[in-house]
Amino acid sequence: MPPPHPDTWIRVTPQGLYCEPGDFFIDPMAGAPRAIISHGHSDHARPDHGAVLATPETLAIMTARLGEGRAGRSQQALAYHAPITVGGVRVTLVPAGHVLGSAQVVLEWQGSRIVVSGDYKRQPDPTCAPFEPVPCDVFVTEATFALPVFRHPPAAQEVRRLLESVALFPERAHLVGCYALGKCQRLIALLREAGWDRPIYLHGAQQSMCALYERFGIPMGELRPVPRPEKRGATVLAGELVLAPPSAEANPWARRLADPVTAVASGWMRVRQRAKARGVELPLIVSDHVDWDDLLASIAEVGAPEVWVTHGREEALIHALAGRGVRGRALHLLGREEEESGEAALDLASAAVGAEDAA
Amino acid sequence: MSLPAFAELLERLLFTPGRNAKLALLKRWFATQPDPDRGVALAAIAGELRFSTAKPSLVRELVATRVDPVLLAWSHDYVGDLAETVALIWPEPDSRPNRPPPDLSEVVETLELLPKSEVPARMAEWLDVLDAGGRLALIKLVTGGLRVGASARLARQALADWSGHPVEEVEEVWHGVPPPYLPLFRWLEGKGPRPDPRDAPVFRSPMLAQPLEAPDIAALDHTAFRAEWKWDGVRVQAAAGPGGRRLWSRTGEDMSAAFPEVVEAMDFHAVVDGELLVMREGGVVAPFADLQQRLNRKVVGPKLLRDHPTGLRLYDLLFENGEDLRPLPYDTRRERLEAWFARVKPERMDLSPQIAFASLEQLTGLREGARAAGIEGLMLKRGDAPYVAGRPKGLWWKWKRAPLSIDAVLMYAQRGHGKRSSTYSDYTFGLWRPDGQGGEELVPVGKAYSGYTDQELVWLDRWIRNHTLSRFGPVREVEKELVLEIVFDAAQRSGRHKSGVALRFPRIARLRADKPAAEADRLETLMAMLEEGRE
Repeated sequence: MPPPHPDTWIRVTPQGLYCEPGDFFIDPMAGAPRAIISHGHSDHARPDHGAVLATPETLAIMTARLGEGRAGRSQQALAYHAPITVGGVRVTLVPAGHVLGSAQVVLEWQGSRIVVSGDYKRQPDPTCAPFEPVPCDVFVTEATFALPVFRHPPAAQEVRRLLESVALFPERAHLVGCYALGKCQRLIALLREAGWDRPIYLHGAQQSMCALYERFGIPMGELRPVPRPEKRGATVLAGELVLAPPSAEANPWARRLADPVTAVASGWMRVRQRAKARGVELPLIVSDHVDWDDLLASIAEVGAPEVWVTHGREEALIHALAGRGVRGRALHLLGREEEESGEAALDLASAAVGAEDAA
Repeated sequence: MSLPAFAELLERLLFTPGRNAKLALLKRWFATQPDPDRGVALAAIAGELRFSTAKPSLVRELVATRVDPVLLAWSHDYVGDLAETVALIWPEPDSRPNRPPPDLSEVVETLELLPKSEVPARMAEWLDVLDAGGRLALIKLVTGGLRVGASARLARQALADWSGHPVEEVEEVWHGVPPPYLPLFRWLEGKGPRPDPRDAPVFRSPMLAQPLEAPDIAALDHTAFRAEWKWDGVRVQAAAGPGGRRLWSRTGEDMSAAFPEVVEAMDFHAVVDGELLVMREGGVVAPFADLQQRLNRKVVGPKLLRDHPTGLRLYDLLFENGEDLRPLPYDTRRERLEAWFARVKPERMDLSPQIAFASLEQLTGLREGARAAGIEGLMLKRGDAPYVAGRPKGLWWKWKRAPLSIDAVLMYAQRGHGKRSSTYSDYTFGLWRPDGQGGEELVPVGKAYSGYTDQELVWLDRWIRNHTLSRFGPVREVEKELVLEIVFDAAQRSGRHKSGVALRFPRIARLRADKPAAEADRLETLMAMLEEGRE
């Protein structure tokens, strides 16, 4: 008998992907009885599940972000490459290269194999284990940057541009908008690699994840909170680097910085009008997602005859795959955010700023 | 210097909001780049490069040979701009060809010399060796339309700042030297003589007026001054002679193509200063909104020419048959202007009349009565003043008529740019009108981003954050509760605004937190202030 096709044992539900023989969800919406979590970003790691299985790093991130008691009633840590069997389904976590602890969820049942990649990237990242391609029958991927206009240059090159700007404007602070989990720590590590050994200043919302990365042995160098000016109306941190949530420059909090150059590190910065519309002065194309070329290369590497697309620009990806003889299927999963795209990030930033200013 | 350096300059200019920072970038460019590339870049920024062999359609056809048409169309939809889409989507060879990227001047020379049929292949070769930024710079360079937020005027200011010459001197020389401006750079670096424009119709920096404020009025010796109406059009300089004809804006933009009927009438050898106006039969001046239909057009059709004919109302004579009259006193220049006008009788032009007055009181009365269409107020010019470029103090005064005012309700607020990027500093306000269902609704009538004090700005920003109803990117819709007293110079009928009316120079005079929004003005109050063309 040929192995069963994954669509006979993996179902798409409003809660997310569900593995029937194993009776668990992968990255479900809130409140699933049993969940495997690919990584700690809030659109994948939601609160109030029953039993949660994830890498030790992801469990620590969930506990830090969601709070004790909301990061799963019970937690089970599973290291990379250490398979376990759940209801006859063999589960293995394999590095995805997205953020610290991020994993592809490899599921095998009766000789058929599906890889749920979560989010992933192929560019080197000193803060997490690199993506490993796993051959499979079905590869599940996101399609955030699935248009051929999206090509991310090497991140080190973008960090060099940031440091050139710091040298060009020594009388101004540089305010870099970046996600608090992953992007922030990757930028810090890249800045250290590029020789920036001065203290790096953090907005309050960035501090706890940096501390967590350090606990897992990833050095960040000297980090400091952004100080308040000594006098009313004075400004601080000319010539220094400040990392803050995206859109923090829109908040009154930013007025303490010396005439800040507003930079944003995101894959969307590739499109100039998008950057310009946001009032970004220094767009940095740094993404923790695959670009178009890496997306197609990864799919070719895993050799899957069928690709399921969770969200993003699935029509473009499916069109391109058809030309390569690969069958594509759009899953339209609910609740997935586009990286730094929405007002959600802004609200998060406002909330964080408000909390900090009140403290 | 190679194209990538130019690409980097464009990138920084596009994303840098501040004028001073843009000037700094341009100055550094002039100081560090070799000839002729620095001049080629300058010409590109100033919009003075034109290629007949490379058009946007060429770029579209070229990319279609390399990219799946479906993906190209979706990408174009997403990005919006074709040049940028092509720059981003151009497939990069697995290994870059082992050739250096082209120099700016190499691109320009090649495009001027190459037969048209060979241009696409050469473009493709260049695109293959460039990165995305370089590709965008190349495409924008050859198809025109850089749109990086740096004008020719800003570039001339940067040349002046960098070289230490007054910007007026740079402007006079500028239009007499073609790209890549080698004699200009030699002069600015002290290595060559000042280029002589001779009879070329170059732009001369105009003389501008200071606003007349209350303390100045008291000190004014009215006998030393002559009065004219301040016409509400576009200040221009018409330069014509054996070297050609140009109609210049106040900032040195060439407006000739948009006003062919005026250029045709410039059948003289002189430089005159005047106001460009839409003039109906018998010299009746139309409202500014009519002139607006004619501005910012590359070509102008017969219907517009017929319905919105323009002409010049002359203020001053700067050159006559090559003789520079600018050192002469105003009174002498005025006599020369009148004599010249009587002799030459140019079509489509008349003289801005001088207004007789005997006392300051009489002048004040004239200003207050100045409500007719096309008049913004009074100009006062010293009879003994030479024509001085720039805005010298005390020689020319502009005395605008008192502004109109309405009480409007704040509807939307937008964050500013640069230093104001954390502050809601642009305000859209509206007036009440019947909603057609027995109730009242607010209709937006204008947008203001000045007039307030620093403290008021802080107060407004906090009020907006605390009264937000919804957000659209950088814009917030607020609760319709705050009344703003808006002053403006005139109200004019407009088909482009939902309310049917457009305000000239609206700004915020006062915050009226004391006034209930329901008591703000109604649209009909504003409509009663509408300025119509004088019959």
